[in-house]
Amino acid sequence: MTSIRARRTSAAVAGGLGLALALAACSGDNGGGGGGDETGSTDCAAYEQYGDLKGKTISVYTSIVEPEAKQQTDSYKPFEECTGAKIAYEGSREFEAQLPVRLQAGNPPDIAYVPQPGFLKSLVADYPDSVVAAPQAVIDNANKYYTEGWVNYGTVDGTLYATPLGANVKSFVWYSPKAFADNGYTVPTTWDDLITLTDKIATDHPEAKPWCAGIESGDATGWPATDWLEDVVLREAGADVYDQWVNHEIPFNDPKIVASLGTVGSILKNDKYVNGGIGDVKSIATQAWNEAGNPIPDGLCYLHRAANFYQANWGDDVTVSEDPSVDRGVYAFYLPSKGSDKPLLGGGEFVTAFSDRPEVQAFQAYLSSPEWANAKAKVTGQGWISANNGLDKGLLQSPIDQLSFDLLTDESYTFRFDGSDQMPGAVGANAFWKQMTAWIGENQSDQATLDNIEAAWPS
Amino acid sequence: MTALPPPAPLTEQVADEPLRAERRLSRAEKRAIAVKGKLSSPWASGIAIVIAVLWTIPTFGLLVTSFRPKEDIRATGWWTVWQDPTFTLENYQEALFGSSTSLATYFVNSVVITIPAVVIPISIALLAAYAFAWIDFRGRNLLFVAVFALQVVPIQVTLIPLLTQYVDWGLAGSFWTIWLSHSIFALPLAIFLLHNFMKDIPPSLVEAARVDGAGHVKIFFQVLLPLLTPAIASFAIFQFLWVWNDLLVALTFAGGTPNVAPLTVRVAELSGTRGSAWELLSAGAFIMTVVPLVVFLALQRYFVRGLLAGSVKG
Repeated sequence: MTSIRARRTSAAVAGGLGLALALAACSGDNGGGGGGDETGSTDCAAYEQYGDLKGKTISVYTSIVEPEAKQQTDSYKPFEECTGAKIAYEGSREFEAQLPVRLQAGNPPDIAYVPQPGFLKSLVADYPDSVVAAPQAVIDNANKYYTEGWVNYGTVDGTLYATPLGANVKSFVWYSPKAFADNGYTVPTTWDDLITLTDKIATDHPEAKPWCAGIESGDATGWPATDWLEDVVLREAGADVYDQWVNHEIPFNDPKIVASLGTVGSILKNDKYVNGGIGDVKSIATQAWNEAGNPIPDGLCYLHRAANFYQANWGDDVTVSEDPSVDRGVYAFYLPSKGSDKPLLGGGEFVTAFSDRPEVQAFQAYLSSPEWANAKAKVTGQGWISANNGLDKGLLQSPIDQLSFDLLTDESYTFRFDGSDQMPGAVGANAFWKQMTAWIGENQSDQATLDNIEAAWPS
Repeated sequence: MTALPPPAPLTEQVADEPLRAERRLSRAEKRAIAVKGKLSSPWASGIAIVIAVLWTIPTFGLLVTSFRPKEDIRATGWWTVWQDPTFTLENYQEALFGSSTSLATYFVNSVVITIPAVVIPISIALLAAYAFAWIDFRGRNLLFVAVFALQVVPIQVTLIPLLTQYVDWGLAGSFWTIWLSHSIFALPLAIFLLHNFMKDIPPSLVEAARVDGAGHVKIFFQVLLPLLTPAIASFAIFQFLWVWNDLLVALTFAGGTPNVAPLTVRVAELSGTRGSAWELLSAGAFIMTVVPLVVFLALQRYFVRGLLAGSVKG
C-alpha cells in the first residue's frame, strides 16, 4: 500500500519533476564537486556590505540535488566565512510539489530557487503574502549585471521578485569536429546551410544518418521535442510571435506554429535524416534524451540538437573540444537562424525569497552578485554558467560553457526563456510533452497535435 | 486421504456426547486435511513454484542490474548478462558514498523514525483495543465504528492541515512530526486488528482471572498480552515496512534536510537533478531492502501465525 501511495504522489508531482528535469539550469559533471578548497583564503572586502550575520541561519530550498548540490553549498562558503551566517541547504526532486504545500501550511523556506518563470508567476498569484519582493540591493544588482530579458523573467506585474541564478542555453547543435574536418563540412551559419549540410551528409554517408534525437525522460518524456519546436518557432515566426504564443495571446494551434511544427517534422520525422545509430523515426520517442548523442563520436550520426548541459552526458572517453585533431571529440554550434535576428532559447532558475529578515536579503544580494557567480564557477568543474555579466569567463572550465556565456551576454542575441516552462503546468508540463511524444511515437499529424494541446489549455 | 485417521474405529469406541464433538472435529479436520492434500499435490506445488519464480524474476533482474557496469545497463537488458558477464560494485560504491552526506546518516534517520513510529501506535492501540473489547462503557460500539471509519480518510487530504498544526506547535522539521503522523495514520487499523484478536480470546479466560482477583492491569499484562504476541508481531511488521518505505509523509512533514531525511528521500534523489544517473537506482533499492528483509525473515514465523491465527487454539 505504501508503494501505491508513493506512486500516487509521484504521479501528482510528475509534472513538477519533469519541469525540474527539463529546466533546472545549473548542470554539473558526474564527478561530484571538483575543486572546492580554493575558497579557503577569501578576500572578505566585498562582503562587508552584508554586515555581521553571526549565528544567523538562512534556509534554502531547491530542486538541485546531489551531486550538483555539493557545488551549490561549496559556492556559499565565502559568504559563510565572511559574514558568519549559516546556509541550511535542502534539495529535493519533489520541489515543485512540496513548495506550495509548505507555503500553504505556513512553513516556507527563506529562499527557494524557482526553476520556471511560470511557476514564479503562479506562486506570486497564489501566495501574495508569502513571496517577498526583492530588496533594493538586489534590484540594483539585477539591473547592473543582467540583461533586461533576464530581469523581466523575474518580474511579476512590474515588481521584481526574483533574480536569475544559473542559466543554460538550449539552441545548440552538437557535432564531431573531427568528422566535420574529415569530410570537409563546415559549421552552418544559416538555416539553409544546415539543411544543405543535412542533405549532403545523408548522401555521403548511407551507413549513418545526419541527425540523432531522443525524447525519453521518464515522467517528463517529450520535453526535448518541445525545445525543438520552440527553437524553430523563434526562428520562423520571431520572438514577438513566440511571446504571444507562450502567453496564449494567440492560440496554441495558430497557423504559424503549425508551419513551424512542419519544419521540425521535416527533420525529426524524415526517415532519411533520423535516427542515426539508433533506429527509425519512432525510436526517437523511446531513446533516452541523455544518451541520444552517443552515436556522434561513433560516426553513426552527425548532428544532435541539445542544450549546453548535455555535456555532462557524454561518455568518459569523449572530450568536449573544438579541436578537430581530438579523437572522439565533440563540440556544439549555435542552431542557425532563418533571418537576421539571432534568437537564443535557454533556461535558468530564479532566487525567490519568502522572508525579509536582513540576513535573507543579504544572501539574496550575494546570489545576484558577480562574487557568487565567480565562487560558483570556481567550484564547478563543467556544465554551469550564469547570465551574470560580472562573471569572469576565464573561470569557466569547459569551452562550451564559455561559448554559452558569450552568447548569453552578447546583446545581438535575443534571449527567450524556454516556453514550456512559462506555460501553465497542464500544458507546459503535461499536454505539450505528451502530444509531442504522440506526434513522433504514433505519427500523429501536426494539426491534431497542436489542436490537442490547445484543448488542454486551462481556461 | 491416506493421512486421515480411520473414522470407523473411532465411532465404535464410545457413543455419547464427547463422541459427537469428536466427530464434528474430525469432520472439520477431514476437510482441513483434504484441503492440505489438494494444496500439497504435485500440481499445486508446481503451480506455486511457477508463480513464485515469475514473481521473483523482476526482483532478480533488478539484483543483476545493480551489479552491472553503467554502460552495460544503458546498452542492454539484464537478461543479456549471460552472454558477457561483467559485474562491478561501482553502483553500490556510488550509491553508498557518492554524495557529500554519508548514506549512514540517512540509515540512522530511518531507524530513528521507524522504531518510535512502530512502538507508539502499537502501545496506544493495545490499550484502546483492550478497552473496546473488555470494558463495557456507554457508546462503546459507536466509538468503535467511528475509529474504524477513520480508515477511509485518505492521508493525502490530511497533509496540509496537519503540517499547518505542526508549524503552529513549532514542531515542523523535527522527528516528532513523522512519529506523530505515522501514529495517527496507523491507529485506526491497529485498533481494529488488535481488537479483533482480543475479542477472540475466550471470555471465560478473562472472567476466571477476574474471579481470581485480577484487575484490568493484571488481566492486560498477564493474561492477554502473552496470547497476543503473534498479533502484535504481525502488525509490527506491517507498520515497520510501511514506515520504512514511506516517502510522502517524511518528505512533507520533515523535509529533505540530512538531519531528518530517511533513506527513501535519499534514494528518490539518487538519479540526480535531471534523472540521468538512473543506473544507481537498482543499487539504491537493494540497499534499502536489506533491513526490511532481515526484519521480515526474523519475524516471519509470527507474521504467518498472526495472519492465520484467528482464535486461540490452545
